[in-house]
Amino acid sequence: MNTDTVAGTGQKQREVSAVQAQAVTVTGRERIRPESADVTGGPDRPAAEAVPLAPRARLLPALATVYRAQLSRARVARIPLLFVATFQSVGIMVLMRGVVDGGDEARAVVAGSSVLVVAFVALNLLAQYFGQLRAGRGLDYYATLPVPPAAVVLGAAGAYASFTAPGTVVTAVAGSVLFQLPLAHLWILAAVIPLAGAALAGFGAALGLLAPRQELATLLGQLGMSAALLLGVLPAGHLPAPLAWCRDLLPSTYGVEALAHTFRPHTDWGLVTADLAVCAVVAVVSLAIATRAYRRAAVR
Amino acid sequence: MCTVRDLVKTYPATRARRGAPAAPAVRANDGISLDIRHGEIFGLLGPNGAGKSTLVRQLTGLMRPDAGAIDLLGHDLVRHPGRAARLIGYLGQESTALDELTVSLAAETTGRLRGLDARTARAERDGVLDELGLADIAGRPLKKLSGGQRRLACFAAALVGPRPVLVLDEPTTGMDPVARRAVWAAVDRRRKRDGTTVVLVTHNVIEAETVLDRVAVLERGRVIACDTPAGLKKLVAHEVRLELLWREGPPLHVPEVAALSESAQCSGRRWVLRLDPDLARSAVAALTGGPAFEALDDFTLTTPSLEDVYLALGGRTQGLVKA
Ligand SMILES: Nc1ncnc2c1ncn2[C@@H]1O[C@H](COP(=O)(O)OP(=O)(O)OP(=O)(O)O)[C@@H](O)[C@H]1O
Ligand SMILES: [Mg+2]
Repeated sequence: MNTDTVAGTGQKQREVSAVQAQAVTVTGRERIRPESADVTGGPDRPAAEAVPLAPRARLLPALATVYRAQLSRARVARIPLLFVATFQSVGIMVLMRGVVDGGDEARAVVAGSSVLVVAFVALNLLAQYFGQLRAGRGLDYYATLPVPPAAVVLGAAGAYASFTAPGTVVTAVAGSVLFQLPLAHLWILAAVIPLAGAALAGFGAALGLLAPRQELATLLGQLGMSAALLLGVLPAGHLPAPLAWCRDLLPSTYGVEALAHTFRPHTDWGLVTADLAVCAVVAVVSLAIATRAYRRAAVR
Repeated sequence: MCTVRDLVKTYPATRARRGAPAAPAVRANDGISLDIRHGEIFGLLGPNGAGKSTLVRQLTGLMRPDAGAIDLLGHDLVRHPGRAARLIGYLGQESTALDELTVSLAAETTGRLRGLDARTARAERDGVLDELGLADIAGRPLKKLSGGQRRLACFAAALVGPRPVLVLDEPTTGMDPVARRAVWAAVDRRRKRDGTTVVLVTHNVIEAETVLDRVAVLERGRVIACDTPAGLKKLVAHEVRLELLWREGPPLHVPEVAALSESAQCSGRRWVLRLDPDLARSAVAALTGGPAFEALDDFTLTTPSLEDVYLALGGRTQGLVKA
C-alpha cells in the first residue's frame, strides 16, 4: 500500500508529484501534530480483517424516532396550515348549507369536508415535504444513517396523518351540528383518520418521491387535494360518469363513504368495514410504493 | 484503512427544458485514487466544483461510482454502499432534514437512528451538546439559529453515536473562531480517545494547514498532489509571497513599481507577487523607503501557503480561501 519512509540522513525526503498515479504513494509518516502518532499504531490493517459494522437501527424504534421528530417539525412549522385546512373545510360546509338540505347530500358534504382536512395535510403537505427534501438533498441525512427505508416513510406518513386529527374532529363535529347529523358514531373517526390518513399519506409520499422535480411534487400534491375536494364534497349522485370513475379511484373517497355511512339513521356496518378495508389496502400498497421510491431517491 | 482506486463519476448531460438550459455532462471525479490511514485527519482541498463533495458522497454510499473501487476498513463500499452508514458519521453540506427540529432533538434523533437505545442516545446527546457549548440553545429549532450555530448543531448531531470514521463536508462554513476551535477540539478528542479517522472537505487553506495531517489537492476531478501540508509547501519553499494593496492606482511612474508590475498578478488594487526571498526583501525596502509608500495602503510578506502550492501545481482558479 504505502511505500515506507525514506529516512535518509535525519532529514526525511518526500516525493510529491503532480502526476495522478504517484499522488497515492506519498512517503513519509511524519505528522504535523505529534499527538497523532500514538493512535496510528503501525501499518494499516490488511483488507481481509474487516472492522465490524455498527448495528442497524431496528424498524420499530427507528419508526418511533422518525415519527416523533416529524411530529415535532409539524408542530413547529405547520400549525397555521392546519388552521387553514380546518377553516377551508368549515367554510365549504357553510357555503353548501345554502344549497343542500339534509339527506344523503348533507352526509356527503360533512364527511367529504372532514376527510378533506386529512387530504390537505397528508397528501398535499407530505408530497410537498418529500419533494422539497429530495431537491434540497435532505434525504442524504436519512440515507447516511442505518435506518430501514420503511421507518422513514412510515414515520413521516404517520406523523402527518396524526397531525390532521384535531382539524378533522373539529370539522366533523362542526358539520354534524350545522347539518343536524347524529354525533353518536363519530368515534369511527378513530379508524377513518389513521386508515384514510395512511392511504393519503402513502399517496402523497409516493408523489413527492417519484416526481422528477420539486415543483411537480407540489403541483401533484395540490391537484390530489383539489380532486379530493371536488370529488369528495360534491354529492356523488350529481357527477357525470367519468368524474364518478375518478371518484372511485381516489383513496380519500372510501374514507368519505365510511364516515358518511355512520351518519345514516341505520348504519350498515358491513359497508363501513368494506370501505375502511379499501383504505387499508390502498395504504399498504401506496406506502410500499413510497418506500421503494425512497430507496431509489436516496441513492443515486 | 480506506483506499480509493480510479474512481470515476460523471453527471449525465441534461436536455434543455423551459426555464432550464441544457447542461453538458460533467466528469466530476476523473480517476481519483487515495490512501487514507488509520487515525489521521485527511483533507480534500480544492476550489468550488473540484469534485470534493462528489467524492465524499461516493464514500458515504450516497452515490454509486461509474467505475473504480472503494475499500473502507475491509468493506467493499462499491458493492455494499449500505455499509457506509454503519461505519461513517457523515456531515453533509446541507441541513434540510434537521432544519425544523430543535438542536437537542436533532442530536437525539440522529443517535437513535444510528441504533442507540433511548438512554444512551440521550446521554450522548447531552455530552456532545455540552462539549460544543450548545447547551444554552438546545431547545431552539435549527431554523431560528444563525448560520454558524446551525452548522455547529449539525456537527453535534453527526457526532452522536460512535463511528470509526467521520466524513465532514466543510464543517466550519460560517463559523466564528470560537465555534471552529470547538469543532477541532472535538475532532481531536475523538481521534485521541477512539482512534477516529477523519476525512475533511475544505477550500480554506489556513484550515488545511493547521488541522490536517495529510491533504489531497483536487482540481477538476483529479488529485493533483497528496502529502502533508508541510511537505507540499516545500514545493514552493524557494519563494515568498508579497501582497500589495494600493490606495488608488499603483504609482507606475515609480521605476521600482513599474518593474514589479511585470511579474505581479493584479486584481483591482491588489497585487500578488511570488518572489525569490532576496528580491522580495529589496522590493519591500524600495517600496517602503521611497515615494511609492504614499500610495501603498497595506502590504504583507508571507511564506507561501497551500494556495501558492495549488497555483504552482497548475491550479487554474482563484477559488481557495485564506481566512
Ligand atoms: N447533481 C448534479 N448534477 C450535475 N452536475 C453536478 C451535480 N452535482 C455537482 N455537479 C457538478 O460536478 C462538479 C463537482 O461538484 P462538487 O459538488 O463535487 O464540487 P465541490 O468540490 O464539492 O465544490 P464546493 O466547494 O462548491 O462544495 C461541479 O462542476 C458541479 O457543477
Ligand atoms: Mg461541496
